[in-house]
Amino acid sequence: MLFGLKWLSCYLTTGKHMAFYGSFGTVLLLLAITAPTALLFGFGGAMLARVRFLPASLLGKTYIALVRGVPDIAFFLFFVIALDQALEWLMHKAKCPEWDEPIRQGSDFIVCQAAKVPPGSAPQWLHETYGFALAVITFAIVFGAFAANVLFGAMRAVPHDQLETAAAYGMTQRQTFWRVLVPQMWIYALPGLSNLWMVLIKATPLLFLLGVEDIVYWARDLGGAKTPRFTDYPHGDWRMWYFLALLVFYLVFTRISEIVLDRLMRRLSVGQAISGGDAKRRAGA
Amino acid sequence: MRKLLLSAAALAVAATASAADTVRLGTEGAYPPWNFINDAGDIDGFEKDLGDELCRRAELECTWVTNDWDSIIPNLVSGNYDAIIAGMSITDERDQVIDFTQNYTPPDPSAYLALSDGVDLEGGVIAAQASTIQAGYVADSGATLVEFATPEETIAAVRNGEADAVLADKSYLAPLAEEDPDLMFVGPDVPLGGGVGMGIRESDPELRETFNAAIQSMKDDGSLNELIRKWEVSSTF
Repeated sequence: MLFGLKWLSCYLTTGKHMAFYGSFGTVLLLLAITAPTALLFGFGGAMLARVRFLPASLLGKTYIALVRGVPDIAFFLFFVIALDQALEWLMHKAKCPEWDEPIRQGSDFIVCQAAKVPPGSAPQWLHETYGFALAVITFAIVFGAFAANVLFGAMRAVPHDQLETAAAYGMTQRQTFWRVLVPQMWIYALPGLSNLWMVLIKATPLLFLLGVEDIVYWARDLGGAKTPRFTDYPHGDWRMWYFLALLVFYLVFTRISEIVLDRLMRRLSVGQAISGGDAKRRAGA
Repeated sequence: MRKLLLSAAALAVAATASAADTVRLGTEGAYPPWNFINDAGDIDGFEKDLGDELCRRAELECTWVTNDWDSIIPNLVSGNYDAIIAGMSITDERDQVIDFTQNYTPPDPSAYLALSDGVDLEGGVIAAQASTIQAGYVADSGATLVEFATPEETIAAVRNGEADAVLADKSYLAPLAEEDPDLMFVGPDVPLGGGVGMGIRESDPELRETFNAAIQSMKDDGSLNELIRKWEVSSTF
């Protein structure tokens, strides 16, 4: 029997705890992949919505409106299953054309063995990676719609004089977009995007809903009361402490984000054209 | 040339057969002694031992997956794994959605666990895990049912007074009652369900028969009873 610090240091380094610490990496990885992907989705969505070609702009606007209007959780639960089944259905059509049984049998969704994504014989890590990838795509679609909305607004907020001046200098539409509009829109987008980043951080426990073994999963499992029969480290109901640790983690993380985003904001403000900026500069001087 | 084609075809058949022979077993991982995650972070328990032995006998290659209890049937049906082995009692309601193998533990009593003796089991507040036979039973008994996603939370609800008692498999409650002097069994045992079996998709009768045969062979040579005694999950056959 071990006591005190020694007990604690042994307890906190069990394989199960290592999996718990590893799951923090899962969350950070999710953020690291999802944030740029969502930004890309957002950029695409905003560009589509701006295009002067009705079907394209309708597509962009529908994407933004649809995703923003549906509760996140409903979307998450729906999309992961829908994506998975859509993939398997496509694989099935391609690989097993001679299959004559229906794919939906009652509540079962049946595709041939070769169409399983990932294949049934794949090692467990591949299944986990696949589940994680589905989660990333879903996150990116959802947060991409919000980012699209923010960027769409930011593009419109760039002073029109800037675009007119660019046109007067003989720039093409495309040049105006990439050389004048995009570099200047970030300052208008940043408050909205940083807000989105915070929401994204706080949305990561949704991973748990999607069946990924994330920090919430392990915190709940580790915190639960353990009887001596099934563990070397029996303890009572410690869920509160584990969830407290998660709370601290998220607080620290969002605080660091805030500091970084503030710096970025100050940096982006340098030399920025704002409407009536020249007058303000003179008034200040 | 023809020989080449034939052997290629034979190879292809062998390849699909071996691919089909990997079976994914889904469990909850939060229900000791049936299934739980041990200190090393691996799946452990009666059903881990049982599942591995069944797969060995059926000459299947098996991998383990954990899944929340709430979505364990939907995820079987949509093909995330091929069998549920998670202390799931065989009931008519579940049988309409999925198929069961023959039971690998006999029908066993459920029991009430409470902090004191004088609990009103018919009119009080009773905790049970959501989507279990116990939850269904409490709902019909006239008591107020409070449901929780995990077995662990049902016990916590009794400890903190949120519920007067919890109804669950006696085998799950017994180690808890033993360890904690505050908790005690109250009232008579309640016989529920038709024993515990593996859940298989209805469209997968072949796998069900394979596991049925493996379970039967373990029943016949007494090794199933041995496992049941080792983990103290239920009465024996």
